[in-house]
Amino acid sequence: MNVALWVVVPYIALTVFVVGHVWRWRVDQFGWTTRTTQVLESRLLRLGSPLFHLGAFAAIGGHVLGLLVPKSWTAAVGIDEHLYHLVSVVAGTVAGLMVVAGLALLLARRFTSPRVRRTTTRADKVLFAVLAVVILLGMSATIGANLLGGGYDYRATIAVWFRGVLTLHPDPALMADVPLVFQLHALSAWLLAAIWPFTRLVHVWSAPVAYLWRPYVVYRRRVPLS
Amino acid sequence: MRVMAQVAMVMNLDKCIGCHTCSVTCKQTWTNRDGVEYVWFNNVETKPGVGYPKRYEDQDRWHGGWQLDGRGRLKLRAGGRIKRLLNLFSNPDLPTLDDYYEPATYDYDTLINAPAGPHTPVIRPKSAITGRDMAITWGANWEDDLGGAPEHAPADPNLAAMAEKVAMEFDKTFMFHLPRICEHCLNPACVAACPSGAMYKREEDGIVLVDQERCRGWRMCVSSCPYKKVYVNHKTGKAEKCTFCFPRIEAGQPTVCAETCVGRLRYLGLILYDADAVLDAARVTDPRDLLEAQRRVFLDPEDPAVIAAARAGGISEDWIEAARRSPIYRLAMRYRVALPLHPEYRTLPMVWYIPPLSPVLDAVTGVGADADDPDNVFHAITDLRIPLEYLASLFSAGDTEVVAGVLMKLSAMRAYMRARTIDGTVATDLLESAGMTAADMEDMYRLLAIAKYDERYVVPAAHREDAAALSAQAGGCSLDGDGGPGMSDFHPTGVTGRRGDGRLGLKLFVGKGGQA
Repeated sequence: MNVALWVVVPYIALTVFVVGHVWRWRVDQFGWTTRTTQVLESRLLRLGSPLFHLGAFAAIGGHVLGLLVPKSWTAAVGIDEHLYHLVSVVAGTVAGLMVVAGLALLLARRFTSPRVRRTTTRADKVLFAVLAVVILLGMSATIGANLLGGGYDYRATIAVWFRGVLTLHPDPALMADVPLVFQLHALSAWLLAAIWPFTRLVHVWSAPVAYLWRPYVVYRRRVPLS
Repeated sequence: MRVMAQVAMVMNLDKCIGCHTCSVTCKQTWTNRDGVEYVWFNNVETKPGVGYPKRYEDQDRWHGGWQLDGRGRLKLRAGGRIKRLLNLFSNPDLPTLDDYYEPATYDYDTLINAPAGPHTPVIRPKSAITGRDMAITWGANWEDDLGGAPEHAPADPNLAAMAEKVAMEFDKTFMFHLPRICEHCLNPACVAACPSGAMYKREEDGIVLVDQERCRGWRMCVSSCPYKKVYVNHKTGKAEKCTFCFPRIEAGQPTVCAETCVGRLRYLGLILYDADAVLDAARVTDPRDLLEAQRRVFLDPEDPAVIAAARAGGISEDWIEAARRSPIYRLAMRYRVALPLHPEYRTLPMVWYIPPLSPVLDAVTGVGADADDPDNVFHAITDLRIPLEYLASLFSAGDTEVVAGVLMKLSAMRAYMRARTIDGTVATDLLESAGMTAADMEDMYRLLAIAKYDERYVVPAAHREDAAALSAQAGGCSLDGDGGPGMSDFHPTGVTGRRGDGRLGLKLFVGKGGQA
């Protein structure tokens, strides 16, 4: 059971994630977009979208720090357990609240604006449901276990297991005694990774960073020079 | 000097009767689809009026086009690159559907399927976006022929720009129609604002296009275009714009809007220009110098040095020949009667207009004078501030002398030709005041009044030897569907399907879209 949940599930999700992206990139450039609906409704989006996106950046940064950076590294630069816990809980709670508030506004917009509702696809609906579950589970882990509860040192178990998955040395035993809410959060996140390439989330990979140094006006030849 | 060719257009506004044939044929050709119900690549506005979308000319609100920064460098009015990327999540300058209008359709089935009864069945307007009942309260040209203008037209940004407040007595004042398409600018703000690099200007003919495969829906082009001629397709989530009917242009045919223009007021032709001079022209300090700066970018197709440079730059002989016969070059450069729309946006637009004389003639008639007497008209052009300032705000960054000069020329041409036709006399005084030779004057008259199809549209075809490359670029063939003879790539049944817009895509992402 442990192997199924903490080895098989992650690798299935990662495989779908990678193969799905390659496949979608190759067959569906035309569908690769943010699917912007700001033209249809901008009042709620004005607040909701920046909240959600900036909160998500912070949350992703926090996950990178918490999952990918080993405890020994932070200790080596003089960050003790108490300080790490304090920073991660405070920053994590703020980022999480931003994401929750943003998502709530964006979902409210989906339901209350008939125009936006009409453009919502099946893929969108599945995505919003999974995203909401992942975020709410993550928030209950942060607030329930780490802010109000005694705190759970996920860097000793979950983070080690996660790095093991990425380095192809998964150790399912590390996850066996992890609190349920963390387990569910991790599983739902794998589900999110698996549906990612088939949703509008692919726009994340098109973040236009190269725009910062590109020349303003782009010229292209209709017929390439021979 | 780096010579490039650009397909350009001139519209003679005196001839526009506001029939909207251009808009309708354009819509039938290009935007007769779900997701772009509200989009008019070609629209016709009544002026004075707020335009489509509402008040699009108010750049203090929409931040379209370019401006100079403190050090005289060109900068998008919406801000620097970093600021605009930070606005990616919510674009503060983006018009919403209500700034355009909510498109409507009717449940026509009611007329056919209603049960027999004492009353004639009626149909109600339904939103083409949501399918719900709606009240139609705005459209792409709601104030057609100044309808409702006393209520709406004072919001026209061009009136706000005028020196003195104009009391709008619309039954006594002037009116004209302004057909608008994409300007295919030499310094396009939409292309500069596109974060994905999906928008580009074609080197061969200057047409500005959106690469639908590369557009990621960041919608910066929509807000950065000061003419609001890039639109969001709300079904595909991608930007779309006037294509200058490039498949027709490549075949040597005029655009659909030009082809079907009832008043024959559109001219199409090539302009040769110096690509190296574009940026310097766009950043002259005084906006009133932009017109002359842009004219200096244009190259004389009769100049041997220009022809040699064009050849060296790979422009073919038939294109150079077409540039020499270009009606656009004649109207903008030789006769100097065509002017750009809002040069102060610094995009160097390439669809120019011959300003209408009719507002002046209307005003002359309005005070009971004879509009056929050239003296009355000349007087009116110098005395009538209202139409002149208004036209200057549209076509010359507020410089009334430029507009007055063009109107004088058009008026002189009428008087000259009247004398020539009726009395057989040559009015040399009129030639002198217009600064033209008799031959030029008569050529201009011919081009404006009786030019035939081949003279109005001088469009050289793309080269046949390029044909294979062109069709390879065209992409999505209509036969390339499930089981179709062109089916070549990996398109598993049930997963790929045809979108509402006819393109192939994954079924999962094909939204329900509009009502129709």
